[in-house]
Amino acid sequence: MIRRVPLLAAATLAAVFATPVVAQDTVKVGELNSYKSQPAFLEPYKRGIDLAVEEINKSGGVNGRRLEVISRDDGGNPGDAVRVAEELVTREGVTAIAGTFLSNVGLAVTEYAGKNKVFFLAAEPLTDKITWQNGNKYTYRLRSSTYMQVAMLMPDAVAAQKKRWALVYPNYEYGQSAVATFKSMLIAKQPGVEFVTEQATPLGKLDAGAVVQAIDDAKPDAIFNVLFGADLAKFVREGNTRGVFNNRFVASLLSGEPEYLDPLKDEAPDGWVVTGYPWYAITTPEHKAFLAAYQARFNDYPRLGSVVGYVTIRSLAAGIAKAGGTDAEKLVAAFAGLKVDGPFGPFSFRASDHQATMGAYVGKTALRDGKPVMVDFKYVDGGAVLPSDAEVKTLRPAVN
Amino acid sequence: MLQALLFQGIDGLAAASGLFLVAAGLSLIFGVTRIINIAHGSLYMLGTYVAATIASRVAGGLGFWGGIVATALLIGLVGAAIEIVLLRRIYRAPELFQLLATFALVLIISDAVLWLWGPEDLLGPRAPGLRGAIEVLGRRLPSYNLFLIFVGPLVLIALHLALARTRFGRLVRAATQDREMVGALGVNQAALFTAVFALGSLLAGLGGALQVAREPANLLTDLVVISDAFVVVVVGGMGSITGAYLAAVLISEIKALCISIGVVSIAGMTVNFSKLTLVAEFLVMAIVLIVRPYGLLGRLQGVVRTVAAPEEPMRPAPIALKATGAAVVIVLVLAPFLARNTPYALVLGVDVLIAVLFAASLHFIMGPGGMHSFGHAAYFGLGAYGAGLLVKWAAATLPLGLLIAPFAALLGALVFGWFAVRLSGVYLAMLTLAFAQIVWSIATQWTEFTGGSNGILGIWPTAPFDSRAAFFLLTAALVVAGVLLLRRVIFAPFGYAMRAGRDSPLRAEAIGIDVRRVHWMGFALAGAVCGVAGGLFAFAKGSISPETIDVGRSIDGLVMVLLGGIQSLSGPIIGASVYTVLQDTVMRQTEYWRAMLGAIILALVLLFPDGIAGGLAKLWRGRA
Repeated sequence: MIRRVPLLAAATLAAVFATPVVAQDTVKVGELNSYKSQPAFLEPYKRGIDLAVEEINKSGGVNGRRLEVISRDDGGNPGDAVRVAEELVTREGVTAIAGTFLSNVGLAVTEYAGKNKVFFLAAEPLTDKITWQNGNKYTYRLRSSTYMQVAMLMPDAVAAQKKRWALVYPNYEYGQSAVATFKSMLIAKQPGVEFVTEQATPLGKLDAGAVVQAIDDAKPDAIFNVLFGADLAKFVREGNTRGVFNNRFVASLLSGEPEYLDPLKDEAPDGWVVTGYPWYAITTPEHKAFLAAYQARFNDYPRLGSVVGYVTIRSLAAGIAKAGGTDAEKLVAAFAGLKVDGPFGPFSFRASDHQATMGAYVGKTALRDGKPVMVDFKYVDGGAVLPSDAEVKTLRPAVN
Repeated sequence: MLQALLFQGIDGLAAASGLFLVAAGLSLIFGVTRIINIAHGSLYMLGTYVAATIASRVAGGLGFWGGIVATALLIGLVGAAIEIVLLRRIYRAPELFQLLATFALVLIISDAVLWLWGPEDLLGPRAPGLRGAIEVLGRRLPSYNLFLIFVGPLVLIALHLALARTRFGRLVRAATQDREMVGALGVNQAALFTAVFALGSLLAGLGGALQVAREPANLLTDLVVISDAFVVVVVGGMGSITGAYLAAVLISEIKALCISIGVVSIAGMTVNFSKLTLVAEFLVMAIVLIVRPYGLLGRLQGVVRTVAAPEEPMRPAPIALKATGAAVVIVLVLAPFLARNTPYALVLGVDVLIAVLFAASLHFIMGPGGMHSFGHAAYFGLGAYGAGLLVKWAAATLPLGLLIAPFAALLGALVFGWFAVRLSGVYLAMLTLAFAQIVWSIATQWTEFTGGSNGILGIWPTAPFDSRAAFFLLTAALVVAGVLLLRRVIFAPFGYAMRAGRDSPLRAEAIGIDVRRVHWMGFALAGAVCGVAGGLFAFAKGSISPETIDVGRSIDGLVMVLLGGIQSLSGPIIGASVYTVLQDTVMRQTEYWRAMLGAIILALVLLFPDGIAGGLAKLWRGRA
């Protein structure tokens, strides 16, 4: 045993202490995400990244240098994610990282970036805290936050003029904060509104029959739903069978995203007001170009994740070009007010709270030829639903 | 209101049938083979995918109903193959070791499903003939739910008859009681084990296939199902099929009740009962195990005369091992210097060291203590949260945070341990798991205090430990001290008493050892040491969130201990190092890293049935 242990140890040490080779003619950025725990969103996301990198390098790279993205799985938990971020920074030598999906992972990496002065572009996590309560100088965020998504649905919810609302949401930060924002906004705009039941369900373990029945028994006029993924499919099928959605107004977060809408197939509900991504019907030239390139490259249609991945890299490239390199301090300065053109049109990164103004589509669900789609949709710019710069200042205690 | 409750009660029975089917298979397999089959949830998941595929490819009743039958048979065959190809080779390994093999299968099956079916959820068609709903109590009950309500009891009766009336059933029951005796009487044990494993897998496949009409096949099913199934099996009593059904009904009804009650104002306080569903089953399990230690209908199990070679007593380290230990310490001290050009080595090193302390403290109660804790993450989490909360609410510095960590964990271990040491074997394992889940749900739900699912942020080392090198040295010092302390205790009279209590509780009592008390103290000490690991983790990552306490971490701990070798004191150290470095490396190498990690673990399992340390020791002895 003793003879072997040093051998094993020596091999391990050699592997661990090996220095990587750094090429000079490339711009390297690190990327980490929960590829194994959230594959439905992140496989298309990775394709979006690959497409953006290929396009950028085909047209001469960034500042004349080739762009290289080093992707890693973050293990789906904050502990591993921070180690992976450190690996990207200390071993691969990147000074800018991007990615993450889950809110707690995103926040942990945000915290790491702030502490170690590494530039971090949070791609997907929705929690308001990344840009507000726990925001820091080195962290920017691309996707519309929970607050923004709720605010986008609010005009329709108010216009519906329903008095009795039922709320159903996954019992973790995303669901909780979505519902809290929804309640406070709706009460402000429609005094006298009642919330007749609140179902906080364990994520991924929805007891659909019981929850749907409890909502029906509360006799609401309208339902606000935050469930997604497998929970959403169970909820919809059970609700359809029991006729719970008949004659009830339903507002639903993210349910129009192909990732969550498409698996519902012909079961998809009719007339829900949702935020999402109707890739099949967006006619802007920017999106048409993106769609054509994506389909030509992957022989598949894009999901929202594809757009997020694509725009993440496009944003990084724009920022690096403006900053003249990947130096973290220069990147932070370059991203303030940075204008980027994405498939959804132009948007910018706000200097005040580091949130991108890339918006989302709000519309109604419907069935066309047995396939679920969004109809009557419009694009809502993120900037239109965000609080003003002055309000935001008070929300960012960590930076002030 | 009463009608609403009654209706929810009827609805709950449909959920109960689903739970029962998975649990029944697990219970059968455990009863006869004593294997804790973590891959049972994966077989269920495979069932949902296969059935959903058949039902959407082949139209009509044949595709759906025929698909369910075909799926069940297919998954049964998969189960038989797993038993013959893999498990049969490692029955002689130390107990619990088979768990490691089934863990590897979980990793491999989940990546295989991702590869075969892609990442998108797969919603099957509705059941032909049972698409609609019927009116009950003025409400609409899906007719498929009505069908499910009867499926559970039907399978229960069929299994009961099979076990009571057939020769196979008699053999199964006899083997559950005393499998050595069954073997001695000339029964082909290998065939019996294969048959039982196939039957259990068939039930898992059937359970999965039946859910296709209600929920989409998705990649997260495996872990969700396995924890539910364990709870049901343990609450019902290991090996009792009827008990499993009762437990499934009990848990489903309590959940339905919580959901039905919803938000209630009690004395000015608003309580949302639906949030309790997160933890309801584990609360039930904890209460049942405290009141009825063998579950609702379980009986004290016959002692398994182990088929593994008896464990040798532990001996103090020989000179050569001591020299190796000293060399490791020297490398640790020099590491900041050796790694001056490769700072990542220190980052990974901190993770490895923390894993070593975590695994060593778990091994202390699992190995010499004989208490198989499935909830060791609780003490890791208590230490981490103890330190984190102190930093958050009292702006504590690193030394104070690390000082409080073991005490927070100790307190938890004293309370939980007091209950746990009253049980043994798999019941103890499941009670520790229940406690860990309760701690986890408190961390998740008490948002104002613990930060909820996002956890606590901004727990960074303060000067002079705020450089990588300094924090590494601090970690190394504490981990080496912790490991040596545990080692010292094992070779102290207290440690001998603990092992005596493990090997022969009666004789230990007879010579005046208070076995429960000794095990309780051992449990508490392990918890406190684990708390230090948790505290270090919080400072190393700068944040702490509920994932740190979830089932995954507890399982990681078990994997490290078993991989290294449970019968050796250097086992957990080697196991934790290999597992952490392996995971870090594999994660970077390939997209399908979970399958690769699983395959490597399987290879190690087959190569070293005594764990890596055990295998190396054998090689060494063979040469010397």
